[in-house]
Amino acid sequence: MTEIVMDQTPPILQGPSDKERKYDRQLRLWAASGQAALESANILLVNSGAGTVGVETLKNLILPGIGRFVIHDNALVDEADLGVNFFLDDSCYGKPRAQCLASLLGELNPEVDGDWSPKTKQNDSLGSLLKQSPLFTAIMYTYPINHVELETLEQYSKEHKTPLIAIHSTGFYSYFTIRLPGTFPIVDTHPDETATTDLRLLSPWPELVEFANTMTKDIDSLDNFEHGHLPYVAILLHYLDKWKATHNGTYPSTYKEKTEFRQLVRDAARTDNPEGGEENFDEAAAAVLKTVAPFSLPSGLKEVFEYEHKDPIQERSTFWIIADAVKAFYTKHGSLPLPGNVPDMKAQSKVYVQLQNIYKAKARKDAAEVLQTARAIAGTGREVDPAEVDLFCKNAAFVKLINVEGGGDTAPLGSKERLQQVLRQEMANDQVAEMTLQPMSLFPIYLALRGLAHCGNASSDKTQIVEAVTSLLSDNLSSEEYGDLNEKLGNVAEDLARAEYGELHNISALTGGMVAQEMIKIITKQYIPIDNTCVFDGIRSRTQVFHV
Amino acid sequence: MSSPEVLPDSEAKRWKYLNNVRTRPGAFVDPEEFDGSTVVENMNKIKILVIGAGGLGCEILKNLALSGFKDISVIDMDTIDISNLNRQFLFRHADVGKFKAEVAAKFVERRVKGVKITPYNCKIQDFDEDFYQQFQIVVCGLDSIEARRWINATLVNMASCENPDSMKPLIDGGTEGFKGQARVILPTMGSCIECQLDMHAPRAAVPLCTLASIPRQPEHCIEWAHVIAWDKEKPFPQLDKDDPEHITWLYQKALERAKEFNISGVTYSLTQGVVKNIIPAIAATNSVIAAACCNEALKIASSCAPFLGTPGEGEPNYMMYSGNDSIYTYTFKHEQKEDCPVCGMTARVLKVNPKWTLEELIESFATLPEAQLKKPSVRAEGKTLYMQLPPNLEEQTRPNLEKTLEQLGLTEGTELAVTDPAFVGVVFNFSLKFA
Ligand SMILES: [Zn+2]
Repeated sequence: MTEIVMDQTPPILQGPSDKERKYDRQLRLWAASGQAALESANILLVNSGAGTVGVETLKNLILPGIGRFVIHDNALVDEADLGVNFFLDDSCYGKPRAQCLASLLGELNPEVDGDWSPKTKQNDSLGSLLKQSPLFTAIMYTYPINHVELETLEQYSKEHKTPLIAIHSTGFYSYFTIRLPGTFPIVDTHPDETATTDLRLLSPWPELVEFANTMTKDIDSLDNFEHGHLPYVAILLHYLDKWKATHNGTYPSTYKEKTEFRQLVRDAARTDNPEGGEENFDEAAAAVLKTVAPFSLPSGLKEVFEYEHKDPIQERSTFWIIADAVKAFYTKHGSLPLPGNVPDMKAQSKVYVQLQNIYKAKARKDAAEVLQTARAIAGTGREVDPAEVDLFCKNAAFVKLINVEGGGDTAPLGSKERLQQVLRQEMANDQVAEMTLQPMSLFPIYLALRGLAHCGNASSDKTQIVEAVTSLLSDNLSSEEYGDLNEKLGNVAEDLARAEYGELHNISALTGGMVAQEMIKIITKQYIPIDNTCVFDGIRSRTQVFHV
Repeated sequence: MSSPEVLPDSEAKRWKYLNNVRTRPGAFVDPEEFDGSTVVENMNKIKILVIGAGGLGCEILKNLALSGFKDISVIDMDTIDISNLNRQFLFRHADVGKFKAEVAAKFVERRVKGVKITPYNCKIQDFDEDFYQQFQIVVCGLDSIEARRWINATLVNMASCENPDSMKPLIDGGTEGFKGQARVILPTMGSCIECQLDMHAPRAAVPLCTLASIPRQPEHCIEWAHVIAWDKEKPFPQLDKDDPEHITWLYQKALERAKEFNISGVTYSLTQGVVKNIIPAIAATNSVIAAACCNEALKIASSCAPFLGTPGEGEPNYMMYSGNDSIYTYTFKHEQKEDCPVCGMTARVLKVNPKWTLEELIESFATLPEAQLKKPSVRAEGKTLYMQLPPNLEEQTRPNLEKTLEQLGLTEGTELAVTDPAFVGVVFNFSLKFA
């Protein structure tokens, strides 16, 4: 349950605004903060080739209300466009494709600004567009983009730290790659609600202990109503104390001990009442395995704590300042700041609210400590927003880093060596998968699409595509490794060749949906984006994510 | 509006990308099934039905029109609401209040030359088998599980082994937030929607006593206003969940109650969400799922690549998609269930307590994941135990509701035949097991 700390303000008598009503179904996913981020986003699409997949992506960003989009496309609308692209019609024939697309996409949402380029014939029109435009939040380009334009984009991306998204859809296959400028931390990861329960039953603080003691001190003489309405937190704390008394002061730790403890809790339920059992004790027993567990540092946060910075502290975002403060908290207390939410459980209203307040008060206290430390780290002249600290403390266990720079000894992203590494790993996995009847790796699809882009030619046949892949990988691979790859690659290349570098609308619409989801995650800094390449196989209807 | 004469040459140019793939063999086609020379002609003749013209429906219509389907029909009884505009991209602000099916059909016909789309502004239950018989493929983009079960039962009932034309592939999509699923059902030849019902278990209801006396969550206060306060005070003759005045009334009631119990978090938006059971929805996810469905439709219609639901050992029929944490798909085979009430051969085992009254049994059908029947009528081996309709039969059988299963003479292994007005013509068979 999303728990919202708020004062009981007098009700607003008029309902939601027109805009809130229009965006209602998405505000429930990313809230006003995510919407504000979307509305200030300025997105560039550099379109080429069959030209549909990027347009389908834009559609899914314009509808939820990004601030502005620009389409750069050198093509004039031809007959084939009308059979694959929904945002062109017969009246567009022969006109600049960018102009027609911007106009028909713009109709989708009057609140979004749209523009297009090139408006005149000139050299380096993309370069001058980039110079003249307000800074872009993210740039997408689609294959087959020409080399000169790609270099221009890469240059811009490097200079302005702009996320760059490459998209390629041909025939039944597609992939897209997200290149983020440096390590990308996410705090608001939206974990599953059930995963977020953090009750601290093995390290209760004095107020919680006192609450449980008061509730359970005469547990056996409580009447059936009171006994049947003890919140399970109090029940578990009470019986954990009892367990400790008979187990040398230790908590149940092994699976066997926990199941024994669970039985102890089950047996404590009254069955001589009219219901023949007690719901709150059922809830308590059901919660044992998950909540009676010692604290361990989650892997995502561990990565944050151990992150080796290359830039000086003054240049880091406040995320890293708060992360340092949380790390200091962890070093001092051996635990994380308490998130403070209490799952619903059978209890009387008053008792439940009292319990909620105990957790909330502790969470506020922890967050205040983190805020104080963060402010000290930041020094004078830098603001630390208490709301950002609160969000971090609430989500600390689920904080995640994407696109970690210099992670371990792997070959650099985008390099030939990286491709070879992933290929070897995938081919090895396939040998296991083949025996266990698991699905095969989609890496050959990625390679074949890269090969096709390398040929850059609609008439490339199977052999040419496979040869292009070979040159992409260079000849460091043994013939055995190639032997494994060749058959799989050959089949994919054959299917790819029949498409002649053309897009299928469904594959592009599906890919455009996935890319739009990822763009939304990156712009709003909510949910967890892919890291960093996603391949879709439209023949088997499957995806796979690679780190290349 | 008459479309200008399209020259065959220009047709070939227009559909170049699609035809390159659907008329030429790829690496994975079944040579027995695939004949590239007849694909275009065959697909031109196919009649395909789209159920739902909402978030998924708009996408499906666009995708089918650009996949070479020429004769499309669409059913939707709903009218356009402002909250549809963030994803149902065939509608504009000026269309609010008009029929979805009609506006969507006109839009796609106008945009994609040479496609005919027939809209039906009504419920799927308004049509009989004769109507559904005319289509070769059905694509479903619905948010109601009930409607899905109805069309599933109807199509499975229509399928007969002797007549291959009666076998109509049902392609179904659904989304929630960043997640969704696409599945293909070949009636009687594989798992059907009823076989997969437990994958869509209803959310557990909050016990009435919690609402009535010990609320703890803002949702409890809202449900209290919705089910208890509204009934008691009847501020308007009939609750209209789309009327902001009604929602405001519930919101204020819930807020008062929350205040009384010191519960925070009741908002207008939450009130609306709980009362209407709103599922978050975005364009991007609809785009993924609708396209996954239409990709299967193209493959089924042309045989230009293997499709989900292909009969055979281990052949997948279900794709689950999740975009919350990275992107994850799980494409697998959901097995047909022998005791499926719609496509199975044997009665499904139902664990019951012999001390239950018939009323308790009947109520349990609503929440049981594999039944989910809200108004069941029950017969046991020829004897009528309880009938919801007609009123005189209901009155005659009502006294049975208070009797226990034992008193009614039901024993282990007794077979119950259950019907529900939501699924006319379908009998759900259960075999009792005492626990
Ligand atoms: Zn079935």
